[in-house]
Order: sequence, then structure tokens, then C-alpha cells
Amino acid sequence: MSILINKHSRVVVQGITGHEGSFHAQQMIAYGTNVVAGVTPGKGGEWVLDGKVPVFDSVKVAVEATGANVSVIFVPARFAADAIFEAADSGVPLIFCITEGIPVQDMMVVRAYLDQKGVRLVGPNCPGALTPGEAKVGIIPGNIAIPGDIGVVSRSGTLTYEVLYALKLHGMGASTCVGIGGDPVNGTSFIDALSLFEADPYTERVILIGEIGGSDEEKAAEYISRHMTKPVIAFIAGQTAPPGKRMGHAGAIIEGGSGTAADKIQALNNAGVRVARHPEEIPALLQH
Amino acid sequence: MNLHEYQAKQIFSQYGIPIPRGRVAANPAEAKQIAEELGGKVVVKSQVLVGGRGKAGGIRLAKSSQEAEELATLILGMEIKGLPVRKVLVDEAVSIEKEIYLGITNDRSSRKPVMMASAEGGVDIEEVASRSPEKIIKVLIDPLLGLREYQSRDVAVFIDLPKSFWRSFISLADSLWRVYRETDATLVEINPLVITKDQRLLALDGKMSIDDNALFRHADLAEKRDLDIEAPAEIEARKYGLSYIKLDGEIGCMVNGAGLAMATMDIIKLYGGSPANFLDIGGGAGADKVAAALRIILSDVNVKAVLINIFGGITRCDEVARGILSAIGEVKPNVPMVVRLVGTNAEEGRRLLADAQMITAETLVEAAQKSVRVARGGA
Repeated sequence: MSILINKHSRVVVQGITGHEGSFHAQQMIAYGTNVVAGVTPGKGGEWVLDGKVPVFDSVKVAVEATGANVSVIFVPARFAADAIFEAADSGVPLIFCITEGIPVQDMMVVRAYLDQKGVRLVGPNCPGALTPGEAKVGIIPGNIAIPGDIGVVSRSGTLTYEVLYALKLHGMGASTCVGIGGDPVNGTSFIDALSLFEADPYTERVILIGEIGGSDEEKAAEYISRHMTKPVIAFIAGQTAPPGKRMGHAGAIIEGGSGTAADKIQALNNAGVRVARHPEEIPALLQH
Repeated sequence: MNLHEYQAKQIFSQYGIPIPRGRVAANPAEAKQIAEELGGKVVVKSQVLVGGRGKAGGIRLAKSSQEAEELATLILGMEIKGLPVRKVLVDEAVSIEKEIYLGITNDRSSRKPVMMASAEGGVDIEEVASRSPEKIIKVLIDPLLGLREYQSRDVAVFIDLPKSFWRSFISLADSLWRVYRETDATLVEINPLVITKDQRLLALDGKMSIDDNALFRHADLAEKRDLDIEAPAEIEARKYGLSYIKLDGEIGCMVNGAGLAMATMDIIKLYGGSPANFLDIGGGAGADKVAAALRIILSDVNVKAVLINIFGGITRCDEVARGILSAIGEVKPNVPMVVRLVGTNAEEGRRLLADAQMITAETLVEAAQKSVRVARGGA
């Protein structure tokens, strides 16, 4: 079992005829995900991916026609905020936005709007989610993880793959892996994901993968110490990152002396969370 | 991306925020000319993108146009924190009655814009924030509503602004909000905002940072980028869509993904080495991009070994291998290289590199240990 997505999820892909959208829609279907529709304005009426997926001009029409209940967005950054609003107004309760490079002020408006509507967003600038053996929404390679009882939540993409792969080599599997993205303003937070894992009967343990910048890991640590009964293992990237420099992700920056890896590790340790020194150490920490 | 003071103040002025009379000069003669036009008594201010210009002697008061010329000569020959002064701003000197801090920035924690103000202007606001946070007011702005008039009034009351200035302050705050919104700023700051002896509100200084991700819709602002603050290799990297930051160590790193790139740097440190750079080739990089990345890493003379760590997802390991081969053919590196390819098309990638005399590694730990060893001259 899982959080957020499973084999019953009905997925609509926004930007399905684009380079990325088309490739990853194909990969999602190959993994067994129920991709029921695509959206590209101006291409409504076409069928794509070997004629299996109908394309619509708007998300609303796609949802009405196919009963889609999850949207995943692959549109370029300049159109992404609008795509999120469109998804939110279409009635889907869950939106994944994979797009990287959305202006932060766009995201602040998006967040304020979604909070009012009660629609959940994961991302942007995230790899999406994978429930091994059931479904994947986004770009996480399906073959690097096996089903299991470990929940994984991360701010990073390939670093998460590294962790899933290390688990697999040790015969350990994931209930669901969710990437929440590396931007300063995003949708689902660590705390949101932790509370879903805490409530999920099929998740026994959780791995939290954080990085420098902001204070979400510190807030997560406080949440863990007060509300989590399941054990949590963490890894924080960026111990060698210099202050004031943006380390690739828009949100990964040590500003005004805050958001350092050392602070985050300290906060997590104080909450009883063991923090791995490197990704390949995680399986060993889970065994003890 | 940060703007210079004179650029920020020009934008402020376009939005109706009063600024001192003045212009920017690139040589002493121009500075003298501007000072003459302003009546002689001026402030000559270095335009470099670092803090502490005043303490470094980069902001000086001139009593005459002659002195303005001399000070401009002096300041234009300076380097402040390693940056050359290429321009000075020559502003009319004003008599100050009260100094205020006013700024708008992104509050990450609440995911909203925040307006901040303090009656203790003219000094480093972060210092005020740590020493006496109660002297700063923070007003969260709903991004759907924008800054409301009552919020600016609350700020005026908090900073003890005389009632006669409330109207002009509210209008100024609204202008600052519009600057922030319409330029996609991550920071707009007036420090100090002053009340002059002749009872005017005036933005004596100006600071703006623009969201790099929003520059696609601000071509006019993108042109203002000052390349002096970036290392040449960082500028080169940006041309190829690579994210590169130079560090002081001796192991060059090439990784796909920002989080994994940081984790790779960290594990090098954990095993006793030190990373020469952060470099993220991004997702789905082709051979050209990989080749450019390797050239940039190898252009750093401190690099004694290179660690290439690729976890193929969207990125295909065979493409990465082709890029490495192309760069090696061109640059002929004389440092050892450790390569770890995992994921999409990894076997094909390894096969391509089989004849290239590279050190291979299966795990991240192994890759880190090997690169630290070879960087020290070990085999």
C-alpha cells in the first residue's frame, strides 16, 4: 500500500505532446500506471502513445471525460503556474508539478490559491512519486526500487534514486517514494508527507532526505518529536556547501547564516532521528 | 541577480519613489561635471555588488566639484572585496533628520512576501535583527491581495513616523510593493529611507535582487547583469546550462542532479578529500554539455583528480560517456579520473569508456575513496 498514488490512480498528463511529457507518459504506462488522458491546448481530439491515450484541449474536459483524479505537469516554466491553476480549477484533488525554474512569485500566488481551494500540490521542480509495483507519477525510474514498508520523502531527484537503489541492493523496498522538490516555495512539505506516512498502515519506517536552505527540515524535526511513532532516518546534503551560493536548486542556499546542514542535523538528532553520513549508509542504519 | 544601487534607484524613481538628484559616472571628469550641475556638494558612491562599501572607503562626501573629481579618481581606482570599481554614483548631498529601513522580501517560512521596517535605518539590518529584533516590524503580505493601505499605516505608526508623512509614506510603500511585484524581485530595499532637514522623504540608497528564474520576462533587467562578481568559469558554465560553483579543493566533480552533486562533495570530504567545485549537468544532458562540463572542471589548475558520478534516469550514461570521450580527445587531461555510472544505459557507457584508462567504481563510497587516493598521487 502507499500514500498519494496507487494502481487505482487515474492520471492526466499536462503537456503530453511535448518532448518530456510524451517520453515520461510512455514510461509511466510501461510501469503500469493508469494514464487516462493527456492535455495539450490545440491538440484536443488526437490520440497519442500508440493510440492509447486521448488528448484534450483543457484539463477540465479531460477530467469530465475520463474521471482523472491526479494531474502531472510537464509544461515549460513560463506556462507552469497557469497549468497548476487550470488543474486546481478542474477538480483534481492532487497535482504533481515536475517543471523546474518557475518564478518564486508565481509560486507564492499558486500556494495561496491552492491553500484556499484545498487542493494538494507536490513540487514543483520535483521527480514526482513512485509506489513500487503499483504506479509512478513523474520521472523516477521504476526499476530502481522494489515494494516494501519504507516511506521515502525527499527534496532532491537523483539523490533519491541513489537511496532507493541502495535500499534495493540490500533487499529493502519502499511503500511510496515522494519527491517534494528543491524550490523555496513548494506545495507538499516534509511535514505533510510525514503525516501521510504516519497514517499509512503499510509504512513502518521513513527516510527523510533534506538539503541546505530554509528551515523545513528543522520544522520536520519538531513534528517528528511530537507526532511520529514510526522511526525516521535522515540524510542532509550540502555539508560542504559554501554560504551565499545557490547549489543548483533555487531553494538550496545558506542565507544569513541559517539553513546550514549542521543546524538541520542537530535539530534532527535532537528529535531522535539518526542521520546518515552518506546515502549508502542508510540501509545499515535501518537494520539496527 | 543583484542590481547596482544606481540601477535600483532609477527603477524606484520610475515608480514614483523620490530619490536624490544625481547620475552615474565612469570617469573623474564626468563625476566633476555632474557635481557642478548639482551645485558642488555631493556624495561620491562606488557601484560594486558587495556590502560594506562605506567602511571600505567607497562612499565619500565632497564639498566641491573639484573634490568630487579627486574622490572619483581615488574610488574608481579601488578594489572593494576583490571587485573593481568601474562606476561611481554622484548624488546631491542632503541633510538628514531621520533614517529609516524599509524593504520587501520573500519570507520562505510563510511562503509569502514580507514588508520589513525599522526606525533604526542606515545600519546593517541583519545586525539590528540579531541585536534587537523588537525594533523591526514584519508585515506578511497576502500574494492574492497585495500590500494593503492599512498595513503600510501600521508600519508608519511602528517606526514613529510623524503624522504629516503618513500619506507620502503609504504611497511610497505602495510604489515599492509594485517594484517588487512587477520586476519579480526577491528583495527590494531602501536603507536608509530618510526624512531630510527640509522635510522630504527620500530613498538615499537602493538595493534590488531579481529572481533568475523570472528573467525570461524581464529582458531589460537581464541585460543589467554584472559579470564582475562571477568567476569566468561560472559564466562559461551558464552558457551551456550547467550549474557550476568553484570551490577551493582538489577533486573536480561532475554529477547529475543538485542534491546528488552536494552529497558527492560531502562524501569526498568525509573520506578526507576536498571538492574543487559543485557541478550539476542537469537532467538529460547530451554529449556536448558533458564535454563542456569536463573542460570547465579541468580548466581549474587546482584539480588533481576528477570524480564523475552519474545516476542515469533521464540522463543516459552512454551519452555521458560520449561527452567524456570527446572532451578527453580535445583537452588531453593529465589528471586521473574516477567514473561511476549507474542506471539508464550504464553498461553501454562503461563499455564505451573501457579503453579510456579511467578508474571505475561501483558504489559512491568506492568512488569517493578512489578519487581521494588518486588525488594524493596514489594508484
